[in-house]
Amino acid sequence: MNCCATQIAQDLHENTPSKFANSPEEQDFRASSNVLEDGSTQSELIIPNMHCAACISKIEKSLGAIPYVISVRANLSLRRVNIIWDSKIGKGTKFAKELSNLGFESFLSQDEDQATKLLAIESKKLLLALAVSGFAAANIMLLSVSVWSGAQDETAKLFHLISGLIAVPAVAIGGRPFFISALKALLAKRLNMDVPISLAVLLALGMGLYETFTSGQEAYFDACVMLLFFLLIGRYLDHLMRLKARNSVESLSKITTKGGILLDEKGGTSYISLDDIKVGQCLRVYPGERFPVDGTISSGASDLDRSLVTGEGISVRAEVGDSVEAGVLNLTGSIDFVTTSNAKTSFTAEIKNMISAAENGRSRYVRIAERAASIYAPAVHLLALIAFVSWMVITNGDWKSSIYIAIAVLIITCPCALGLAVPVVHVIGASRLLKEGIIMRDGSAFERMSEIDSIAFDKTGTLTNGALKLQNTQLPNDKISKIISALSSQSSHPIAASLNAGFSAFSNAKLVNIREISGLGVEARHNGKLVRLGRPNWVFEISNQTVDLEPNTNVAFCESGNAIYQFSLVDTLRVDAKNTIDHFKSKSINSAIISGDRAFLVKKIADELEISNFSSQMLPADKINFLNKLQSAGSKVLMVGDGLNDAPALASAHVSMAPASASEVGRLASDFVFTRPSLMTVAFTWSVAVATKKLIQQNFAIAIIYNCIAVPLAMFGYVTPLIAAVAMSSSSILVVANSLRLNFSKFDGGQIISTTSSMEQSKRKEVVT
Amino acid sequence: MNHLLVLIPIALGLGLVGLFAFYWSLKNGQYDDLDGSASRILEDDDEV
Repeated sequence: MNCCATQIAQDLHENTPSKFANSPEEQDFRASSNVLEDGSTQSELIIPNMHCAACISKIEKSLGAIPYVISVRANLSLRRVNIIWDSKIGKGTKFAKELSNLGFESFLSQDEDQATKLLAIESKKLLLALAVSGFAAANIMLLSVSVWSGAQDETAKLFHLISGLIAVPAVAIGGRPFFISALKALLAKRLNMDVPISLAVLLALGMGLYETFTSGQEAYFDACVMLLFFLLIGRYLDHLMRLKARNSVESLSKITTKGGILLDEKGGTSYISLDDIKVGQCLRVYPGERFPVDGTISSGASDLDRSLVTGEGISVRAEVGDSVEAGVLNLTGSIDFVTTSNAKTSFTAEIKNMISAAENGRSRYVRIAERAASIYAPAVHLLALIAFVSWMVITNGDWKSSIYIAIAVLIITCPCALGLAVPVVHVIGASRLLKEGIIMRDGSAFERMSEIDSIAFDKTGTLTNGALKLQNTQLPNDKISKIISALSSQSSHPIAASLNAGFSAFSNAKLVNIREISGLGVEARHNGKLVRLGRPNWVFEISNQTVDLEPNTNVAFCESGNAIYQFSLVDTLRVDAKNTIDHFKSKSINSAIISGDRAFLVKKIADELEISNFSSQMLPADKINFLNKLQSAGSKVLMVGDGLNDAPALASAHVSMAPASASEVGRLASDFVFTRPSLMTVAFTWSVAVATKKLIQQNFAIAIIYNCIAVPLAMFGYVTPLIAAVAMSSSSILVVANSLRLNFSKFDGGQIISTTSSMEQSKRKEVVT
Repeated sequence: MNHLLVLIPIALGLGLVGLFAFYWSLKNGQYDDLDGSASRILEDDDEV
């Protein structure tokens, strides 16, 4: 840790308390930290690429070595580090710097995190309930076995008494999630699966206690606790999957703009938080930052990357008087702008409103388990009632044995297998997806995905890579190429970066007087001669030749007085885009393109992919209309998109997918996020979803067959606690075993994704070496 | 019957010990970071 030691010394040196909290980053940092009771500050950083023991110890040691840090604890499962530090004697932004020195990217945890934390607490409670009911089920089962194998009189009574003593607290703790959910449903005048579960468990417990105190022979303590145990397994798995999915998606998220730099009349600058920005204020945005709100440029000029906002692939030039939307990325020059909206009325806020409106529609989707419950729960209650009434008639009013039989019906029909059938399949499906780099956000996404009959793709960043690629196959000679490589490395403009990637095989020539001219390009002197790389017209000025601009040229190079070189950079198709479209065509699922980009660019891609249904220059609202029109005609649409402008469409589609490179809002609005470059992941996800649907249907069939056998037995009074125990556990085991088959199935495109991503990796290695 | 009076409390007691051990470990945060705990064992620095 020598490297850190010197830095800490420096840091201590500059530690004068007055300057701790004045930078915008520091204020952002402090705003998302908590002050603990003892006056220390607790902050949490998300570190997406922390993945091994060495990472943990590196992070904990180097952060722990900072003098004002009280304690550090890294959490590998959540990819977070929890830091408790003294904010009076040091800066929080230092942590991020320290981490980036170690090679770790880190983000502040966001507000949405609160939901994750609640989910984590909830799953801990479920785990405890699971443990308690597991303990109770095991012990009561042992006691029950001796009763079943012939213990009588006082012994049986004693065993029942002990079982009851274990069962009562176990039901109180383990049954809580079900009771609460059932109560909620009843208060809302609905029936869900938890109502018959709660009823069965409570009645079984009550009957068991009555039997025990009246020295009866049959007690269902084991059944009711085992029921809870099985159901809690399903519930816990479901919870764990959601927690994991949330975490993976959130660890992708980048810091969103939380404020801006405010200019006052005297020309001074100060930090202003997003909520305090008012209409008519003058704000400054530096290159590499995003606009916090909408506005009109008042001074400065720059290139803007609007790809996430409008879907335009190529950066646009913006000058004084142009209007900008919140979320647009400023690329080259510093810009002052006058705000025309505040945080609540900006473009981003508008998009968020559209998303929540669209999500309301989706929340009406009823999951398959709930649909099953809406038939199952009333049926079970009806059967139990029929059993009770008919036995009352047959036995001439022997209410005791009639109630026993009714309870037996409730217990035996309890949806153990159903409660496990869905979560187990979804958990296995999600883990299959995760192996291919696909993150699922919600279990119901599988069900919706399996129903789709058409797909709408966004263009930029989805069908295409969203990054430009050099098209020229013939590169200039070595000398020129070295100059181009050197020049292009000097600019942060995306075109320069892409050009530089095309010239990665060349070393950099030596340049002097390097100067980036915003909006035009980079110029420098090479061996005394002026060289320029940038906008064709600007480059042509220093040439002695006159050449025609080639149609696809977007950047040119010239050495003063020499020949001109023109380069064309275009956005290329994503890996396997054509394969994917063809694959879906063969499954008779139609594809369409809905893009915010200009018509001729969209048409080109559509022609290449042989998609006849495409629309261009669509605003977010147009995209929603497009989907709504299809969906109101009864079609179920999968939306694949990445931009902020796609986000409302992602939320309003039947199901949606986004690449990991998508805007944060886009990712949060979609059901699946894929991290591999191949578009075949879409086909893969679809085929996994179809397989899970099939398995769930099979599991339901098993449950129905089981009930067809068990219910008549219970109705005719043949069910004893022993039979109930055997029947319940065997049906559950059968369902789980059937679900496990998903681990061994093969899916469309799985092979392709793995091979292309390993090819990508080996390519990257080549570049590195 | 006498054997049972000894054996049953022992059996239940052992189960309860296990349950409380689990409860303690849950409260103690040992289930917060399953992947991390699995990896931490590989750290081999002996500084105490």
